[in-house]
Amino acid sequence: MKIAVLSGKGGTGKTTVAASIATSLEQCQYIDCDVEEPNGAIFLKPDIKESLPVKVPVPRVEELKCSGCGFCAQACQFNTLAVVKGKVLVFQEICHHCGACLIACPQGAITEMDREIGVVEYNEDGTFMQGKLNVGEPISVPIIRELKRRVKNDMPVIFDCPPGASCTVVHSIEGCDYCLLVTEPTPFGVHDLKIAEQLVRKVGIPFGVVLNKALQANGSVQEFCGRNDVEILMEIPFSQAIAAYYSQGLLPAEYNPEWKDRFRKLYEKAERGVQG
Amino acid sequence: MEGQVPEIIRKGREGCTGLKQIAFVSGKGGTGKTTLVSSLANLVQNKMLADCDVDAPNLRIIINGKVRKQEDYFGAKEAFIDPTVCLKCGLCKETCRFGAISEDIEIIPFKCEGCGACTLVCPVEAICLKEVKTGRTCVTETPMGTFSHAMLDVGAEGSGKLVTEVRKNIDGFKNNEEWVLIDGASGIGCAVIASITGVDAVVAVSEPTRSGLHDLERVLDLAEHFQIPLFVCINKYDLNREITALMERFCKNNGCPVIGKIPFDPSIIRALQEFKTPVEAGSKEVTEEIKSIWRRLTVEVMSLGKS
Repeated sequence: MKIAVLSGKGGTGKTTVAASIATSLEQCQYIDCDVEEPNGAIFLKPDIKESLPVKVPVPRVEELKCSGCGFCAQACQFNTLAVVKGKVLVFQEICHHCGACLIACPQGAITEMDREIGVVEYNEDGTFMQGKLNVGEPISVPIIRELKRRVKNDMPVIFDCPPGASCTVVHSIEGCDYCLLVTEPTPFGVHDLKIAEQLVRKVGIPFGVVLNKALQANGSVQEFCGRNDVEILMEIPFSQAIAAYYSQGLLPAEYNPEWKDRFRKLYEKAERGVQG
Repeated sequence: MEGQVPEIIRKGREGCTGLKQIAFVSGKGGTGKTTLVSSLANLVQNKMLADCDVDAPNLRIIINGKVRKQEDYFGAKEAFIDPTVCLKCGLCKETCRFGAISEDIEIIPFKCEGCGACTLVCPVEAICLKEVKTGRTCVTETPMGTFSHAMLDVGAEGSGKLVTEVRKNIDGFKNNEEWVLIDGASGIGCAVIASITGVDAVVAVSEPTRSGLHDLERVLDLAEHFQIPLFVCINKYDLNREITALMERFCKNNGCPVIGKIPFDPSIIRALQEFKTPVEAGSKEVTEEIKSIWRRLTVEVMSLGKS
């Protein structure tokens, strides 16, 4: 089974939940898809053995062949190419690697070259994987695609997703069997839970909610879930102790083994959610 | 090198001239960007506000007012195949690098990047690109100043472009303000780059956790990459004083001033639960610290202009 952990709002506890499930299962693969700010390694402390560059093809213009006609710039929907005084300028960072410029060039003056935008890293048996976007690069989806190519099919897989609800999250949850939406009982948490809920409904994946930093009264989250027929699968209480351990890179299950049981049960509930 | 400057960056520089713009970012989410910006919205006079976290805009939850302008935003394109013209030759499918054309030669919308490569190879011109709505922008007049924000459609592409639009929208409503306070997105990718492009200073709101420290390091690299002055605010500093000390040392070694440390205070959560900013309902200690943060920030930013 493949489970994605997402949240809309950042800092609600995606990594805590995803990494806790990973340590509570006998065997599984953990994949950190938050390639802008990957934090799973801080908690799971994997022994990284491999670091592979993620390369994307970007256009290279052969000046001798180029006539300066500008068809490439017209074809490009992302303003990656511009013709200035008969010369083609390429803004590589914003290239979407689609190859339209190659097709459009009547002179065959455009070829492609590889450009590194980040890395994919993993431990020896590939049960821990993370992507890292190079600083200054705007486009992270190719790294998520690369991670997705290395998904194991013979064990449970846990995806730690990026925050938000844009294309990076869509690519992260694609192909998953179940989504866990992590939220917190603040107006921000509820607001962003609604966004995450709309996203998973649109993609059509069954889901449930994990309420983190739960207080005595979590009215608005419970009300929202009740109204929309969404199950709250687990509550993690608000606790300064959990926060203090978290700050040192420790998961709840590491200092209290009871949490392992709880996260295993969470996984089982998700399994039942897929079947149901 | 000017030739290497991406479009989003060039566009950002065009907007909001004459105002001092400060972007609040964090790397890691949930460290307190919106909490700080909403508090400053209460304290700072003569400013405009922009929420550039278009994936999950939260500032509008506690700051609202009268809508001045509201528009759908068309920030992406998508291919459409006319089935009455299509020969099902499959050339488009072979060409598409995103797997966005199915076996039956139909577009799979969420995989389509709108690049138009398919339109170039179709022998019978059966495919065209159409603009698609990716979000909605809004400018409101609030008791705390003009406020520009937007909401990205669920799962849409192009959050960076929508952020640029939010910042551009401010331009039309300028009225001799001195400041623009920008609530940024988390991460370091396109939405963040679009939030900090061309600003006068970036404030990284961080928290003393291993994750927070790791993410702060990457934000610092990002600010350096784009050569924007960075200041750091440590939120919930007393959660782990050891890491706070580490952070302060790290900031010092990298030449970015720590302009404030906000204590962990349950009154902040209580205030937010009542849809109030922390300075409206929070403790005196927190309010005084946020005031001091703004004083230090203005001094620092003004001195940047002089050097």
